[in-house]
Amino acid sequence: MTLQRRILILVSAVLLLAAVGVLAVVRASSRADEKNRSQAGGPQITRGEVTLAPGGDGRRIVFRNMAWGPHRDELATVPADAPQGPRTASGVSCLRFHAAAGTGICLQAEKGGVQESYRAVVLDARLKEVSAHPLAGIPTRARVSPGGHLVAWTVFVGGDSYAGTNFSTRTSLLDLRTGRFDASLEDFAIRKDGKAYRNADVNFWGVTFAADERTFYATLATGGQTYLVRGDLGERTVTTLRENLECPSLSPDGTRLVFKKRVPGLSPDAPWRLYVLDLASMREMPLAEERSVDDQVVWRDDRTVVYSLPGDFGADLYALPADGSGAPAPLMASALAPAFLG
Amino acid sequence: MYVADSRGTPAPAVTPEPQAAVPGISPGRRAALAPTVLALGTVSLITDVSSEMVTAVLPLYLVAGLGLSPLGFGLLDGIYNGISALVRLTGGHLGDRLGRHKALAGLGYGLSALCKPLLLLAHTLPAIGAVLALDRTGKGLRTAPRDALISLAAAPEDRGRAFGVHRAMDTAGALIGPILAFLILRGAADGYDAVFTVSACVAALGVLVLVLFVPGRRTGPAPSPAAEPVSLRAAFGLLGRRDLRRIALCALLLGLCTVSDAFVFLLLQRATGIADRWFALLPLGTAAAFFLLALPLGRLADRMGRWRVFLGGHLALLLAYGLLLAGGAGHGRSAALPYAVLLLHGGFYAATDGVLMAAAAGAVPEEHRGGGLALVQTGQALARFAASLGFGAAWTVWGPRPALAVAAVLLAAAAAACALLRPSDAMDDRPAAARAG
Repeated sequence: MTLQRRILILVSAVLLLAAVGVLAVVRASSRADEKNRSQAGGPQITRGEVTLAPGGDGRRIVFRNMAWGPHRDELATVPADAPQGPRTASGVSCLRFHAAAGTGICLQAEKGGVQESYRAVVLDARLKEVSAHPLAGIPTRARVSPGGHLVAWTVFVGGDSYAGTNFSTRTSLLDLRTGRFDASLEDFAIRKDGKAYRNADVNFWGVTFAADERTFYATLATGGQTYLVRGDLGERTVTTLRENLECPSLSPDGTRLVFKKRVPGLSPDAPWRLYVLDLASMREMPLAEERSVDDQVVWRDDRTVVYSLPGDFGADLYALPADGSGAPAPLMASALAPAFLG
Repeated sequence: MYVADSRGTPAPAVTPEPQAAVPGISPGRRAALAPTVLALGTVSLITDVSSEMVTAVLPLYLVAGLGLSPLGFGLLDGIYNGISALVRLTGGHLGDRLGRHKALAGLGYGLSALCKPLLLLAHTLPAIGAVLALDRTGKGLRTAPRDALISLAAAPEDRGRAFGVHRAMDTAGALIGPILAFLILRGAADGYDAVFTVSACVAALGVLVLVLFVPGRRTGPAPSPAAEPVSLRAAFGLLGRRDLRRIALCALLLGLCTVSDAFVFLLLQRATGIADRWFALLPLGTAAAFFLLALPLGRLADRMGRWRVFLGGHLALLLAYGLLLAGGAGHGRSAALPYAVLLLHGGFYAATDGVLMAAAAGAVPEEHRGGGLALVQTGQALARFAASLGFGAAWTVWGPRPALAVAAVLLAAAAAACALLRPSDAMDDRPAAARAG
């Protein structure tokens, strides 16, 4: 083949491939624009006041609104007894969110620069920024303690580009009373099976706080196994309690944890089931959800947990009795990261 | 821009290998870089743009796009590494046996290109894991035949430069890819499918450049009836050659003392207290230094001897360990420390990655070039994988600083052993005149 001919082939291929590439980007871009227009049949959303204050506005849910339209990804609120009704959007955008006792934690994307970066923002009851912390990776979990003094969050860190597929998590804790900030739970002393434990492969995620504003539970992963740990913020220790348990969520009365468990024999793309663990007897029991749930549940009250499953517009919320009885019931569509306030 | 970059170097009086005689380049002249090397560099650049686009957005895609928890994804790394090693040896040997390095390299590049559109269809962790494994298989398959092509296209005294140019272009692609990916995501929010589509187009272009511009005729000498066939036994018999055995042994030994990148960046963060948000940029620092130093160090290797530069690269790594140990002591953290460590780390890659191939090429006869290079690469890769497991264990037992101190001592000992084991001058392939002068 002559050089001229080869160059001709190359140029035509470049043009063709460039056209395909440009088309793909244009299509994706217009689809992104479409998400900013409200969908027919979607919930009615208006801009308004959203408060995290205890008592204010009565019993309500504050959550990340996933419905398409101008208020997509904003914190929004609905009355707890009318979750499918009209939503009030706050204008504050969050990827992950949780709130309690007038304190909110919002993990949000920060525009600007080539690469998107993320930050954790502590919000007061009027959704004003109290403090902000840059994040090392992609937000996944966020929690506020029942008394509103402690905040925790977890991000995924894609370590380095040479390793490619190796992900780790980073879990940070913030004490709003003292301002003490622990950038990584990995600095806490680990006691595993009664002995001090150290390993470079340690990862933590999914913190849940107890009402004493000092004790917490979380997931510890090391050596290919996950563990439930109980942490003590005063002593800066974590102690393993049990194997194969992820994303625990403590009941308001502090007696039970609902968590996701990797059940052997399930398809590897849907490996988790929700279980409840009684902390006094350390006995566990499956809940009545038969789908794989990859979420840290929240408790609506002492009897019911709420969690997300993939939906048409990102995620939908479901409610389920926390004692293994009943069946999952749709709570609201196009919503994520709910906090029950009141 | 590298093409005319050889003024002041006396034209050597050696006849390049016949494979270096590419149309348009008169044999014996050292003025220009072989077009094949530039073409292969371009293929690598384009392919790396494509694959690093995917690597850069993959975590975001999994977590934000698909809503998956990618944790524990790295657990299969050991299996991938084992498969990758086998595939690499196979690719190298088959290229020799069939005399068709280009076809094997093309197969490898094609396989990886095919994986990009497959990513559009895979929506679960296991499926994505399988696509990535296939992608790695393609990478394993193509590496040795491609390096064999580079070594066969360049004149022996020029191999350091040829590999330097290639590695610089390769790394440039790795730097461009993430930027392109994030520009697309800026233009189209959540446009991961657009990123994968563009990545697939770019990868296809890479394969096309390979097919069109890399000469595809038999790369080995025509087999004469008397010649021994390129058998598997002969391929492993290569280790009977003293020089190759020593090179492979040293690469293995030094590889066993090399702390893997992920740990280097973690140690650097601990030593300097670099904010989390900058952590993801550390690999880019290493890549940038690699990119800038690959060609100068490759040329230096041609002049000074590849073995010296190769060992020098490990001394740079040793120095980086030393800085990490000293900087982590707590008093007087220097703002320059991260830059110095990343420069040394990138310099280590620039002085060892392509240079080792240039050195090994001189110790392997042409008909076994692919298999021989694959042997050295595989030994090194497996040694580094073992080192990362060992270092992880040492970190667990002793903590990060003692583990690093032990790694530094071992590296110094291994470097000293390799300096003593120094393969004969022949492997340097320096022209006699240059050696005498």
